[in-house]
Amino acid sequence: MEYSREELLICTIAHMLDGVDHVAVGVASPIPGAAAMLQHALGGVGRVTVLNSRHAQAITDGATELFDMAAQGRIGAFFLSGGQIDGQGNINLIGIGDYPDLDVRWSGSFGSAMLYYLVPRVILFREEHTRRTLVEAVDFITAPGTSDGIHRPGGPYGLVTNLCVFDFDKAVGGFRLASLHPGVTLEEVHDNTGFVFAQPEVVRTTPHPRPCDLEQLRGAVGLRVADPYPSFAGRVWGISQPKEFCF
Amino acid sequence: MITELVDLVAQIPHGASVAVPANRSGPAIAATRAMIRAGLRDLHVIGVPTSGLQADLLIGAGCVAVVESAGVTLDEFGQAPRFVAAVKAGDIALKDSTCPALISAVQAGEKGIPFIPIRGLIGSDLLRHRPDYRVVDNPMEAGDPIVVVPAIRPDVALFHAPLGDRNGNVWIGKSRELMTMAHAARKTLVTVEALSEDDLLADPKHGPATIPAHYIDAVVHVENGCWPIGLSGHRLTDASAMTRYAHMAKTDAGFEEYLSLAPMAAE
Repeated sequence: MEYSREELLICTIAHMLDGVDHVAVGVASPIPGAAAMLQHALGGVGRVTVLNSRHAQAITDGATELFDMAAQGRIGAFFLSGGQIDGQGNINLIGIGDYPDLDVRWSGSFGSAMLYYLVPRVILFREEHTRRTLVEAVDFITAPGTSDGIHRPGGPYGLVTNLCVFDFDKAVGGFRLASLHPGVTLEEVHDNTGFVFAQPEVVRTTPHPRPCDLEQLRGAVGLRVADPYPSFAGRVWGISQPKEFCF
Repeated sequence: MITELVDLVAQIPHGASVAVPANRSGPAIAATRAMIRAGLRDLHVIGVPTSGLQADLLIGAGCVAVVESAGVTLDEFGQAPRFVAAVKAGDIALKDSTCPALISAVQAGEKGIPFIPIRGLIGSDLLRHRPDYRVVDNPMEAGDPIVVVPAIRPDVALFHAPLGDRNGNVWIGKSRELMTMAHAARKTLVTVEALSEDDLLADPKHGPATIPAHYIDAVVHVENGCWPIGLSGHRLTDASAMTRYAHMAKTDAGFEEYLSLAPMAAE
């Protein structure tokens, strides 16, 4: 079956969530959100919380509850990104330059400087795979990839981009190439990556989405995705925004 | 207690610390426009835990000296352009933080305790730039360094809620951080989407999510008081108005023009 770039990324991330009891997804993350909903529909994820959705958000204690759940170990997987991500798994959500005198300023840290430490399986997702985004060392460490001597049950699990999937090796504190997306060459990944990474002798290709995954995405799961991410579902699957949609 | 926007704004002094909620939890945007018209200066805006259009408007209008937040964003409408411009120009002081640290600090404020421990943050550059955040040893268990952050007691908590009553009680629904903000703040100023003729505290369905009037210093009935932001479960975000703002606010001139138009200039 033919599939879109978004569908490949969704199915790739969904695979990384298999076996997680509770996956939480932040705002403005339609591809990770769709991946969590897909894996839930396939039975590999117990529960999905999507912030600001009507149906996938059983939260009644306001803004604190997500973080309280994370601190207690009630969230098994979460997604973070970064304006810059470096080879040690450090992420930068603040900006480029010498803080506070920044040349480029991004929106801010949000919950990353806590969730990155506490959620066991944090999947980094950054579609743009360039030397601008994947750098040798971030300008500002919003949250570090690894830590010594502190309470840290969580951290990076992998990094998914438009070109490939990296696993994060906690013992080494760096990335290892896991698979190249169909049609992507190893040279392309080297040319566009600003950090050094390990690689296996034989590099796998990221599996194509299975027909059953695509059927789910274009059907029941797509409709669920349209609740928190209406414009995304409209663009990718032509699903129109539910009329009563509020946030 | 039940009053007008002009009187609500008159309770905010220049230089006040003003705690505000995230875009989706009821920012009082109509009140924010009134603050800008009143020419408030040197405000310390505290996002609980983030802010968006509200902080951006106040920053652009020159009302803000300090932004303390875990983020300033227009969400799906992109970056907050006046915030970004002010950071680049060095016009505002930054107290960057992370969501749970801000929420916990306000919870410490409501408890009347001086500080609160928070996980994470160690090894983040955020901590290096926050001398008021400290690392201490867990006194209960050796070998467990942990960050403590000082309590926040804002001068003012300001937000928009779905429902108030004639006694000045305010129902907040699931946005519990509004309750936390009201408990912690020295003064709480609220606009409400609707005014009930019933006593919300006496109603078993509304009571548990109602802020009692004794925490509240002003309630103003402002229908669509978050516009162009929506109110979760009640009103949609006005996407075309947000897109227009995001576009106009990209330049100094565009933002000045935005300020000169209705309903910014008068309403």
